[in-house]
Amino acid sequence: MFQYEKKLQYPVNIKNCNPKLAQMIISQYGGPDGELGASLRYLSQRFAMPYNELRGLLTDIGVEELSHLEMIGTIVYQLTRNLTEEEIKASGFDAYFVDHTTGVYPSSAAGVPFTAAYLQSKGDVLTDLHENLAAEQKARTTYDNILRFCDDPDVADPIKFLRQREIVHYQRFGEGLRLATDKLDSKNFYAFNPSFDKCGK
Amino acid sequence: MYNEREKQLRRLSSVHFALVELNLFLDTHPHDEEALKMFNSYKMKYEALLRAYEQQYGPITTMGVMGNTGWDWVKGPWPWEPLKEADK
Repeated sequence: MFQYEKKLQYPVNIKNCNPKLAQMIISQYGGPDGELGASLRYLSQRFAMPYNELRGLLTDIGVEELSHLEMIGTIVYQLTRNLTEEEIKASGFDAYFVDHTTGVYPSSAAGVPFTAAYLQSKGDVLTDLHENLAAEQKARTTYDNILRFCDDPDVADPIKFLRQREIVHYQRFGEGLRLATDKLDSKNFYAFNPSFDKCGK
Repeated sequence: MYNEREKQLRRLSSVHFALVELNLFLDTHPHDEEALKMFNSYKMKYEALLRAYEQQYGPITTMGVMGNTGWDWVKGPWPWEPLKEADK
């Protein structure tokens, strides 16, 4: 189960609104490599995970991704406060505004709504861990791309924090992969699927 | 620039972050004694800071509601509110 902590993982205090930037950053809320997909991916994969260290890792990283989702939502919310009609039109935020006003909705930068097709839960230890390693790198690239457009330090600072977390998670998943292969047949890691097949340990 | 509440919240969050980082490290290194020792030392720091914060500024979790001033859980500021408006 989960319990809410009434604080952000890392502070977000944005003074100036910037709806154009918000429209790009929302991709990390509900886009193809965003925090919502990340959290659902890890929290779903853990049920089929046969090793305790990896059950823990997927649980804890899955929960941290929810904290990141909250930070992204906060950034988008603070970037779109007190907008005038002129600002909405001039920034190109009008396409988002007509469907969601300034509500935070999980979609990509291009306006595609969130879909579970962005993530996989394959029920195979090695496959899932490789998916996760790739996912962390894809999110890191997305943050790098967002940073190209961030000239406001109030926004760049929490985005840089989130970018660094992708790198740490990648590192931990790499260690998790090593822990998994250490338990498998070193001559053939693919001899059986420890998430499903009963043979071996 | 920051008021006292925000300063204390930042202190609490930075100690909590050390715990998150050690937690993930320990998931893949469950027998690392140095990391375990660090986790315990940050945990004690966190508990003290949490108690002090909740007594002065209100609950971080519903378990921190003191009860003598009503259901303080619903009092602002909520974490996504920007500083100036939040502390009004």
